[in-house]
Amino acid sequence: MQPNDPILTLRDVQVHFPIKSGILKRTSGHVRAVDGVDLDVYRGEVLGLVGESGCGKTTLGKAILQLVRATNGTVTYQGDGGETELTTLDDAGLFAFRKRLQIVFQDPHSSLNPAFTIFGSLEDPLRHYGVKTRKERRKIVGDLLEAVNMRRESMDRYPHEFSGGQRQRIGIARALSIQPELVVCDEAVSALDVSIQAQVLQLLMDLKREKNLTYVFITHDLSVTEFLCDRIAVMYLGKIVELCDAEELYSNTLHPYTEALLSAIPVADLDRKSQRIVLEGDVPSPVNPPSGCPFHPRCRYAQPVCRTDVPQLRRYRGKSGQHLAACHLIDHPLAD
Amino acid sequence: MTDATVTRPRTRRDAQFDRIRDREAKLAGTTQRKGRFLSKFLNNRLAVIGFAIFAVICLMSLFAPLIAQHDPMSPNLRAIAKPPSAEHWFGTDKTGRDIFARVLYGGRVSILVGLGSALLSALIGVIIGVYSGYVGGWLDWIAMRISEIFMSFPQIILVLLLVAILGQSLVNLIVIFTLTGWGGIYRMARARMLSIREEEYVQALRSFGLGPARIAYKHMLPNALGPIMVNITLSTAAFILQEAGLSFLGLGVPLSIPTWGNILNAAQDLRVLEQNWWIWLPVGATISLFVLSVNFIGDGLRDATDPSQQG
Repeated sequence: MQPNDPILTLRDVQVHFPIKSGILKRTSGHVRAVDGVDLDVYRGEVLGLVGESGCGKTTLGKAILQLVRATNGTVTYQGDGGETELTTLDDAGLFAFRKRLQIVFQDPHSSLNPAFTIFGSLEDPLRHYGVKTRKERRKIVGDLLEAVNMRRESMDRYPHEFSGGQRQRIGIARALSIQPELVVCDEAVSALDVSIQAQVLQLLMDLKREKNLTYVFITHDLSVTEFLCDRIAVMYLGKIVELCDAEELYSNTLHPYTEALLSAIPVADLDRKSQRIVLEGDVPSPVNPPSGCPFHPRCRYAQPVCRTDVPQLRRYRGKSGQHLAACHLIDHPLAD
Repeated sequence: MTDATVTRPRTRRDAQFDRIRDREAKLAGTTQRKGRFLSKFLNNRLAVIGFAIFAVICLMSLFAPLIAQHDPMSPNLRAIAKPPSAEHWFGTDKTGRDIFARVLYGGRVSILVGLGSALLSALIGVIIGVYSGYVGGWLDWIAMRISEIFMSFPQIILVLLLVAILGQSLVNLIVIFTLTGWGGIYRMARARMLSIREEEYVQALRSFGLGPARIAYKHMLPNALGPIMVNITLSTAAFILQEAGLSFLGLGVPLSIPTWGNILNAAQDLRVLEQNWWIWLPVGATISLFVLSVNFIGDGLRDATDPSQQG
């Protein structure tokens, strides 16, 4: 992994959904699902994106793929052919880049079309990308299924004939079918039970090695990210509050929110006494986010300054000198 | 196999499972699956019966001139309101016309109007509803408003208008039924698409950059087909009866042309209802049988297209 070779650069990405109310459908406010995210995804890394439900992880993932268009900011893809700003392209212009970016979905029950066989579902994208003959498509789909440890013959079966873990593997096979460079895994293992989770995670890691993939791994499960991420971004209310190497995050936690999240991981060790930090209340509404630091109403260290000023992501020393956190109360940021 | 399963009396289910197992054993290892739809449909007893009745009624209407010995239009003054006999199988009506011949000939018009308008309105409704439901936005808004205009417009006024402009004819009737009927199927197709749109496989197809028409018609429509088919069968029945009503008012098919509807209309006379059962019973039974058979076929088609149901 080369640390300074970004494949994807996000600058001040915002996704706001208008709320329309009344008979005149006037916009009465915005859901700030993603509210100003700066992020680099490096080639060949696994970037974890964690946060609780409703913090905008999934929306950010979809904004990367342009499934949801960002209302502001830029998503830039850097490939062999130089930089391309995806956010400015229309559907026709995006076509060439669809091939590079793919997504694996959360719910294995709705991610496959129940009316088609596996082959039927997987062949259309292939045809779309120029695999002309049926024989070729059958071969490719068969190879893909074998790559995710399934039998070739499975391609003529319907989704309802498979278990959740199998379907998820088929979903992975579909994402890989057009040989993408970056795969967004949107809670790819959350719907599976733990033994199957491990299996699918192992498969994802094997595929990554084989095919030189980059993953953006969206999850709310911090024990999963520990297992497979190189770097982790913690999101809260549409903003990134902490971003650093995975190891660093677990050993040298800076942001109070991350601290609370980590304390909630169940540990199977009776001798280890960990103090559980219980967060009060819910995530504030993204329609009407709190002033200042979005986390201050639930933060146990909150000071007056947190209520008034929005903290910026600042760089801290850490092991690599690449530890970013957005909090007023952490001292000694590095000067840029 | 344990003893317990052997001693249990075999049921129809068992036989059905055996057939499924045999078929799967036969298909195992081959890639041939084309017969799946057909074999599932044929395995559905009700659907096959429905199809048989449907075929018999359609064929008899089609070959009416060969089957009926009497002219459906010419009155026979020596046989007025006679009960069924060897000469007149279903008896004669109050002007002495052979009812059997009238039912056969009437089927031609009624089936054409009923099934024709149902299929035509479904076609229009599905084409518009599936696309606009998936794409949304201003296109959806316009389609919705247009359907509201058509649905809120009183049918009878539309009929009067068209009859006044174009005159009384069969084609006009089909046009009117289609114009007033597509809204229901359009709305249903649209509503299904709105919920299917949120499924993740649709997002996946979008992330491959597939065009909206391809996603909507090829990938999403098959999942919306079930309720649409049921709706077609229901509206077929409704159109046959509506045609009867309009013909009675003199707005539909000219009264001299026999249709199931205007034969049945004779039963609006209480004396006919009480004393001349043969005038309304055969045609009523035919309409019921036809509608029922269309329903069974619709159900069979829906089940056969649903991959999660095994034959």
